[in-house]
Amino acid sequence: MRRRLVFILPVLVLIALIGFFWRGLYLNPTLVTSPLIGKPVPDFSLPRLHDPKATFDQNRLKGRVSLVNVWATWCFACREEQQMLLNLAKQNVVPIYGLDYKDDRQSALRWLAERGNPYTAIAFDSTGNVAINWGVYGAPETFLIDQHGIIRYKYIGPITTEVIQRELLPRIHALRREGT
Amino acid sequence: MKPWIPVLGCVLLLVSRFAFAIDSEPPFTNPVLEHRYEHLLQEIRCLQCMDENIANSDAPLAADFRRQIHAMVGEGESDAQIKRYMVQRYGDFVLYKPPLQANTWLLWGGPFLLLLLAFTAVALVIRRRSRLADQEQSSR
Repeated sequence: MRRRLVFILPVLVLIALIGFFWRGLYLNPTLVTSPLIGKPVPDFSLPRLHDPKATFDQNRLKGRVSLVNVWATWCFACREEQQMLLNLAKQNVVPIYGLDYKDDRQSALRWLAERGNPYTAIAFDSTGNVAINWGVYGAPETFLIDQHGIIRYKYIGPITTEVIQRELLPRIHALRREGT
Repeated sequence: MKPWIPVLGCVLLLVSRFAFAIDSEPPFTNPVLEHRYEHLLQEIRCLQCMDENIANSDAPLAADFRRQIHAMVGEGESDAQIKRYMVQRYGDFVLYKPPLQANTWLLWGGPFLLLLLAFTAVALVIRRRSRLADQEQSSR
């Protein structure tokens, strides 16, 4: 019996390891959940894209459920996503705020004029410093903020119709109910 | 060939590693700060490129991280404060070396566990062999 165990044990260990590695193959390391979820949005103050003299800060994100979308004109995936955001904006369920990330102001303004502007207001983060404070590591990323200015959910990558239907809208409605 | 040429070559090769530096932040005049800054760059992961630390990555995000850390070192923040700042925003994954805590003990202890297992196996085998040898001797 003991002799058999000596042979079986390494095989079991090997199988366990293979199991871990197999699972690891299908995990996406970029989908690390943000430690900021459940925390208030970090304080920031940025110029508005359309009006550099006006500022956009965290107080704007309090009072109602909102989305904050990190985007840039250099971000290829943001092109497709923008159409989805325009559709969502038309439904008028939630204000979408933009964080224009490490972008060129003129290109950003041109892009919005040409393709349409889904955003209620846009903060212009030319250095990316505010994005670091928000734990952003690429564009596009989308944060769901509740009425108290708490980050409740974050979606990394371009938003699709499916993401809106499955991930965003149910959460938005749930937060609304929670708030009333 | 003059004998000093290969020597010069070696020296140049050694020095040239500085030419590969991609960091655009100005060096600190205080060598202690500079050392701390460079050490931190080794320890923070570039999340855009995953398997590189920010000292070796030319991704735009790595450059932003370097700028942030350079500023924080300059403002007198400690290494622990800077790491905590990054972890609070990006999670433990941003540290190149995972911290020793409840959910990582298997990661850190695993190799030692395997080693222990291997030693036990070896000990068992040796004991059995010596027992077999004894039996052979006594049966002779």
